[in-house]
Amino acid sequence: MSRDPAIRVERWTPLSRLSILGATLLLVMLAAGPFFFGNNAIDKLTTLFIYVILAVTWNALAGYGGLVSVGQQAFFGLGAYAAVRLADAGLNVYVSLVLAAVIIAAVSLPISSFMLRLKGGEFAIGMWVLAELCHLLVNLDSLVQGETGTSLIALNAYDADQRHAFNYWAALGSMTAILVILFVLLRSRIGSAIQAIRDNEEAAAALGVRVMATKRIIYVFAAFGAALAGALWLSTAITFQPKTYFGVQWTAYMIFMVLVGGLGTFEGAILGALIFFLIEAWFGGSGVWYLVGLGATALLFSLFVPRGIWGWLERRFGLSLLPLGYRILGIEPTAGTSPPDDGERGATPSAGTP
Amino acid sequence: MIWVNQIVQGILLGGYYAVIACGLSFMFSVMRMINLAHGSLAIVAAFALFVLADQYGLNPFTGLILVLPAMAALGWVLQRTILERSQRGGMLVPILSTFGLSIVLDNLLFERFGADTRSLAPFIDELSYDSWTITDDIYIGKLAALTFVTAVVILGGLQLFLTKTQLGRAIRATAEDPDTVGLIGINAKRINAAAAAIALVTVGIAGAFLGMRATFDAYAGGPQLIFAFEAAVIGGAGSLWGTLIGGVVLGVAQSLGAQINPQGFLITGHAVFLAVLFGRLQSEAIGTKFRKIVRRSA
Repeated sequence: MSRDPAIRVERWTPLSRLSILGATLLLVMLAAGPFFFGNNAIDKLTTLFIYVILAVTWNALAGYGGLVSVGQQAFFGLGAYAAVRLADAGLNVYVSLVLAAVIIAAVSLPISSFMLRLKGGEFAIGMWVLAELCHLLVNLDSLVQGETGTSLIALNAYDADQRHAFNYWAALGSMTAILVILFVLLRSRIGSAIQAIRDNEEAAAALGVRVMATKRIIYVFAAFGAALAGALWLSTAITFQPKTYFGVQWTAYMIFMVLVGGLGTFEGAILGALIFFLIEAWFGGSGVWYLVGLGATALLFSLFVPRGIWGWLERRFGLSLLPLGYRILGIEPTAGTSPPDDGERGATPSAGTP
Repeated sequence: MIWVNQIVQGILLGGYYAVIACGLSFMFSVMRMINLAHGSLAIVAAFALFVLADQYGLNPFTGLILVLPAMAALGWVLQRTILERSQRGGMLVPILSTFGLSIVLDNLLFERFGADTRSLAPFIDELSYDSWTITDDIYIGKLAALTFVTAVVILGGLQLFLTKTQLGRAIRATAEDPDTVGLIGINAKRINAAAAAIALVTVGIAGAFLGMRATFDAYAGGPQLIFAFEAAVIGGAGSLWGTLIGGVVLGVAQSLGAQINPQGFLITGHAVFLAVLFGRLQSEAIGTKFRKIVRRSA
C-alpha cells in the first residue's frame, strides 16, 4: 500500500479518548460506592454489574463469534456450584468465587472441542442439552440435595454491611476485568480473526485464520464470564437451587440485553444490560406479561433492528466511544485504488454470509 | 425380563419422539432452519385440544379435526411473517427470533392457564391405560402402540408425499436451491410456507399424543424441543426414517436409564445424544483425514 499522505488510518478519535477517560473516572467513582450508598443501592448496582458481565460475554460469543448459545446457563450454574463446593472445602468465600470461574473455564476447554463443531441452530440447542445435563448431574451431588439446594454458609463469616460491600467490589472488579480483557482481546489479531470467521468461516480459513483455536478462545472466555456471573450471583443470593441457576431464562435475559443494546457492538452490550436492568426494576413485578414483553421485544429487535439501539446510533451518527477497529480517513470516493473502508468496525454484526 | 420390557417400552416411546422430531427435521431439511419454538408450538396444540375437550366436550381425536387445520394455518402465517423475514438476516437471526417466539408462547400459555399441569388422558377413556399383555412382565399399551403406528404412517406418508406428488417434488427442489426454482416457475416463498404448514400439522399431532400419554404445562415446550432435536440428530438430521431410528434409540436409552436410577431417564438420554454426536464428529474427522491420505497417495 502506498503511503498517500492524504490517507490516514485512525483508531482513536478525540471522542473515544474522552470516553475512555470518562469510563475510567466513572469506575473509580463507583469503587468508592459503598462509602456513600445505602445497602439497597449497593445491591442494585451489584446486580447491574453482573448483568453487564453476562451481556458482554454472551455478545462476545454471539455478536463477535457468530455462536448463538442457548445454554450459557450451563456455565452460570456450574460457576455457582463450583463456588459452593470450594467454599464448603474451607476456602475463603471471595477467593472461591474467582477460582470457581477459572475452574469452569478450564472445564469448558474440552467441552469446546466438540460443541464448536456444531453449526448454527445445532450449536444453540446442543448447548442447551449440555446445560440440562449439567443441571441433572449437579442434582446428584449429595451436598446440593437435589432441587432443595444448599446455601453459601461461609458468607456468614462477614456481617451484613461488610458482605454487601464485598459483593459489590467483587462484582465491580470482575466487570472491569472482563471489560478490559474483552476490549484488548477484540482489538488484537484474535478480534479481527473472530469477526472474519463470523462473516465467512471458509474465507477466513483460506486467509490463514486459525478457525478452531480462535473460536475456542472466545468460547472459553464466554464460559469464564458466565461462570463468574453465576458465582457472583450466588454471593448475592446466598442460596443455591439448581433449578434457578440452570434455568434457560438466563439465556433469555442475555439475548434480550444484547439484541436490544446492539449485537456485535462493544458499547451496545453494556447499554443493553443497563436497559434490561431498568426494565426489570420498573416492570419486573408485573410477572408473566413482563416475560411476554421481553420475548416479544427480542423477537422484534431480531427481525427489524438486528443491530440494536447502539448499532443504529453508531450508523446514524458515526459514533464510536470505544473503538475496536480502524477507520480510514481522507479517501476520495472516486479513488479506485484506495482500499475500501471495510476496516471500519461492525461490518455486519449479526448476519453471517449465508 | 424387566429389561426386555424396558426395551419394548423404550421403542414405543421412541414412536412419540419420532412424531415430534419429524416436523423439526422436515423444516430443517427444507428451510435449513432450526425452529426453537417447535416444542412450544406442540404445547399450544395440546392446550387447544385440552380446551376443546374440557369446555366443549370434544374428544381429542375429534378435536384434531379442528386443531390440525388451525396448526397448518399457523405454520403458514408463521413462515410468512417471522421465519421468512428472519432467514434473510443470515444464520443467527432465525435462532434468535424463534427463541424469542418460544418465550412469548410459553408465557402467554402460562398467563392463560397458570401453573397447573394438564393431561388429555381423562378424555380418551380406557385408551389411556388399556394394554395387551404379552407375557407376565411385558405389556404393550394401546395408546403407545397407536403412537408408534402413527409415527410410521406420518413418516411413510411424508416420504411418499415428497417423492410422488407435485408439491412434494417442488418442496424438494426448493430445499436444494431456492433461487433456481424461481426460474422454472416455482414460488419458493409459497413452497416454504406450505412446508411450514405441513411441519406444524405434525407438531399438532405430536402435541395430541404428548397430552394423551403424559401431563404438560405452559413451560413444557423446552424439554419437548430438546427431545425432538436429540431424536433428529441421533437419526441424522434431514432423513425421515432416520428420525424414527433416532426416536427409538433415544426412547430405549431413557427407558433403560430410568431402570438404573430415577434421575437416569434424562441423563442417559442426553448422554446417548452427546455420545452419538461425538462419535459422528469423530468419524467425520477420521473420514476427512482418510480422504486426504488417499488423495496424497494417488
